[in-house]
Amino acid sequence: MIPAAFDYHRPTDLNSVISLLQEHGDDARVIAGGHSLIPLMKLRMAEVPHLIDLQSIDALTGIETGSKIRIGAMTTQSDIINNTSLASSAPILKEASLQIADPQIRYMGTVGGNVANGDPGNDMPGLMQCLDATYILCGPEGEREVKARDFYHAAYMTEREDDEVMVAVTFDAIKGGYAYVKQKRKIGDYATAAAAVIMSKDGSTCKEASIAMTNLSDTPIFCGAASDCLIGTSVSAEDIKNAVASMIDAIDPAEDNRGPVEFKKHAAAVVLSRAIERAWQRA
Amino acid sequence: MNDMTPDRNERKANLKGLGSSRKRVEDLRFTQGKGNYVDDIKLEGMLHGDFVRSPYAHARIKSINTDAAMALDGVLAVLTAKDLEPLGLHWMPTLAGDKQMVLADGKVLFQGQEVAYVVAKDRYIAADGAELVEVEYEELPVLVDPFEALKSDVVLREDLDPKADGAHGPRKHPNHIFTWEVGEKEATEEVLDASDVVAEEMVYYHRTHPCPLETCGCVASMDKVNGKLTLYGTFQAPHAIRTVVSLISGLEEHNIRVISPDIGGGFGNKVGAYPGYVCSVVASIVTGLPVKWVEDRMENLMTTAFARDYWMKGKISATKEGKITGLWCHTTADHGGFDACADPTKFPAGFMNICTGSYDIPTAYLAVDGVYTNKAPGGVAYRCSFRVTEAAYFIERMIEVLAIELNMDAAELRRINFIKQDQFPYTSALGWEYDSGDYHTAWDKALKAVGYDDLRKEQAQRVEDFKAGKTRKLLGIGLTHFTEIVGAGPVKNCDILGLGMFDSCEIRIHPTGSAIARLGTISQGQGHATTFAQILASEIGLPADSITIEEGDTDTAPYGLGTYGSRSTPVAGAATAMAGRKIRAKAQMIAAYMLEVHDDDVEFDVDRFVVKGAPERFKTMKEIAFAAYNQAVPGIEPGLEAVSYYDPPNMTYPFGAYICVMEIDVDTGEHEIRQFYALDDCGTRINPMIIEGQVHGGLTEALSIAMGQEIAYDNMGNVKTGTLMDFFLPTAWETPNYTTDHTTTPSPHHPIGAKGVGESPNVGGVPAFSNAVHDAFKAFGLRQVHMPHDHWRIWKTANDLGLHG
Repeated sequence: MIPAAFDYHRPTDLNSVISLLQEHGDDARVIAGGHSLIPLMKLRMAEVPHLIDLQSIDALTGIETGSKIRIGAMTTQSDIINNTSLASSAPILKEASLQIADPQIRYMGTVGGNVANGDPGNDMPGLMQCLDATYILCGPEGEREVKARDFYHAAYMTEREDDEVMVAVTFDAIKGGYAYVKQKRKIGDYATAAAAVIMSKDGSTCKEASIAMTNLSDTPIFCGAASDCLIGTSVSAEDIKNAVASMIDAIDPAEDNRGPVEFKKHAAAVVLSRAIERAWQRA
Repeated sequence: MNDMTPDRNERKANLKGLGSSRKRVEDLRFTQGKGNYVDDIKLEGMLHGDFVRSPYAHARIKSINTDAAMALDGVLAVLTAKDLEPLGLHWMPTLAGDKQMVLADGKVLFQGQEVAYVVAKDRYIAADGAELVEVEYEELPVLVDPFEALKSDVVLREDLDPKADGAHGPRKHPNHIFTWEVGEKEATEEVLDASDVVAEEMVYYHRTHPCPLETCGCVASMDKVNGKLTLYGTFQAPHAIRTVVSLISGLEEHNIRVISPDIGGGFGNKVGAYPGYVCSVVASIVTGLPVKWVEDRMENLMTTAFARDYWMKGKISATKEGKITGLWCHTTADHGGFDACADPTKFPAGFMNICTGSYDIPTAYLAVDGVYTNKAPGGVAYRCSFRVTEAAYFIERMIEVLAIELNMDAAELRRINFIKQDQFPYTSALGWEYDSGDYHTAWDKALKAVGYDDLRKEQAQRVEDFKAGKTRKLLGIGLTHFTEIVGAGPVKNCDILGLGMFDSCEIRIHPTGSAIARLGTISQGQGHATTFAQILASEIGLPADSITIEEGDTDTAPYGLGTYGSRSTPVAGAATAMAGRKIRAKAQMIAAYMLEVHDDDVEFDVDRFVVKGAPERFKTMKEIAFAAYNQAVPGIEPGLEAVSYYDPPNMTYPFGAYICVMEIDVDTGEHEIRQFYALDDCGTRINPMIIEGQVHGGLTEALSIAMGQEIAYDNMGNVKTGTLMDFFLPTAWETPNYTTDHTTTPSPHHPIGAKGVGESPNVGGVPAFSNAVHDAFKAFGLRQVHMPHDHWRIWKTANDLGLHG
């Protein structure tokens, strides 16, 4: 648990970050909260000769709310939990953030780090699928936008280029009900299974639904077909069952210490049913 | 004169002696970051050591190339077995009579085994150096299953002559270590055959790890000018470590000073000697500079002593009415690559023969086979006294299984079979003499406290509701009545490496009436500085606040065997009381002289000696202390000091009744502990607040073991649970509320009647949690599943029982 030597950079503007990334190529990594990267460095599973700390870049912070929400990449989970305006326009973020790690880690862990790292265990990527969020990346050519649903290719493999930095995530304010349900072994653990659900209603009929799952494949899974199973229905037990069955077809969990594949599929079904029920109640 | 004297109760309260919930004096420094742990020790010119460890569980070492590491600026030495061999230090003796490689000698036997030791100017260079050591391995077939190991042609320990006896008698197979038998085999089998009912089950207590907050480490400092070696370390037995270091290094014992500074939890993990200690001592002797080695969390979990890993096959028989007639147990004990169990020498399976528990079982037989596998060595008593947790878990599961077989309430079955109060002292079928107990009183109190009958009614209703589809949660009521055996122990049958397991206390009273007492034990968080002062306060009548307790420095403290197995209070606590009584005896003579009466005409009264029948004539202990230093008392040496080496006449037998009420979600496998009631009887209670803290801590460790904590291996011998991501340590969030209670049945042979309590909650807690899980599924046909009861295993139990539709 002793990292190899590295140079530490702490630029104050985004251009400097990108210059450093261009200069050092594969030898450089940006660090946000550090709760994924530092353990990997200590295990010597990641060698990072040049570590670029983003915490002094003001442009990466801040939460803007309204009908369109923008959260700077360096915003911590603690900032999200304590932002009252965000809690009313997109309460699922608070609900999910409260289930990430523990308070000490949430003071350090950032939205940008969580979504950009590409770790299937992280909660925010699944949530961003559900929200149909857009990621803003900044590289040598300036900013570009990538849909969260197009961002993840495989574990730790994303659409982001090596010389790009995650700047912010944006998404529309939530209409209707929501739920983030996560089963985990203990505080601080990744999900055994987690479900993010947003639903709106028209009378007693489900008007819109969005479902995404966490840590049940090597990427977060947006379950479009499962969402469609609910739209236009009265969200009966049968409808929920159909949505769950559709979700099970979409995920591909792997066995680990949390349990065998069969159990994970069962847990995924349970958390999704509960999330749909809760979101529908709130819709 | 003296008419302003406070009354007796007030004087007693001022002492903060036995029974006082005195605040822990240690906590002032611990809560302010002022503790002094091994890693806080920084000596001038200090070097740092780091290990190259094997990635394989079983492999031959073809070559080790240290050139690149030695070429790194700041690396001073790279030690391998070849370097240690000329010193005879490439292997070291274990506490269990086996030997263990210090650095891999030709092969490795477990993942993480120490292969080379890099010594460098700082901790970072040491790690860089370790990465540059090139080791060529040839993989060998891996044995992780002890039953397979006993059948396999693969020989793990090629260093041992397969035909020669081991430390504990004949070996049946090259991978077999010992067979230990207690009790009457034939008689037990006859009883089983003749009984109305026999329940049979395999009870597995999985491999886990004590995982103290502070990992193991040391700083070795050889002073080449005066020839003295100072060894600071996380040692639960500093004096024994000094003797071992002397025996294996050849340094004379007076030239070795071992210091255990503050220790951040031990739980048995810090009893044994590890390769890191030997390598650091050698490196310091070679370089003449201090060398520090502190393991990281992964090294701690993967390589330093594990606990449990007992496969306990049991048979228990009874009459139709539920009176137990016999108990049979065969245990297969997975010891890993070396037998490094920390047990008294004559007990290769520790006190596993306490497995008759709290019950009057007339006939019993126990056999234990130790087996080598490709896992880390250890087998320490994780917050328990030498395999007592395994024994308690075994009998408390067997009782539950027997209750199912008899179709009888498990609480009632226990009640029918408890050893009765008038049977004490009670000699068990497996040879222990239980000192005292009143199990029925404790049991009835516990059942009443939780409203047992109502809980059973609620549970029956819950089962109906579940079957009717009204709920997906089951209710489990986990019962346990455990009896421990602690306080090792009588020198006649307890020794470690030939060192008798007595303990000691030395007291010096200062002229102004304060004191220092030194003991052969060492606190790792138990609060010795608080509680031992309380024992003394009551014995010698000086306030606990005026008594300093010091432990852990072998140059100043009297010899003792250290702190583990709940032995500090039963053994060192007794030595403290006995040394206190010597002080008091001398004080009596001084008081009589001062009061100008005969010795027999004064009597002790809380904090003074008074003239019998004339309580207004007295001398306080403070006055007597001063007199000891300023008056020439005829026939009495000046000063007021005493030392006691206490060899306990027997072990002590704390007991308790624990009940856990648990809700289980059959769909997710998640559990919620609704209630946990813990009644402990640890004899005389020294500090109720500390007892409560001990019980809370031990129950939380029991919770972790029962509900998730394990050291798991894959088929290749890779450790699957080497970090705290996967090795379960509960936080406040996972920890339930506990209700503590007590009865008090003093030990008849202990000077103050105390029995020890630190480990009871782990011993009794594990079966209580586990029995709750089993009990929840009992109505659906569950008899036995293995711990840990984590989510997926509980889900699997429900699934196998057809509860998922």
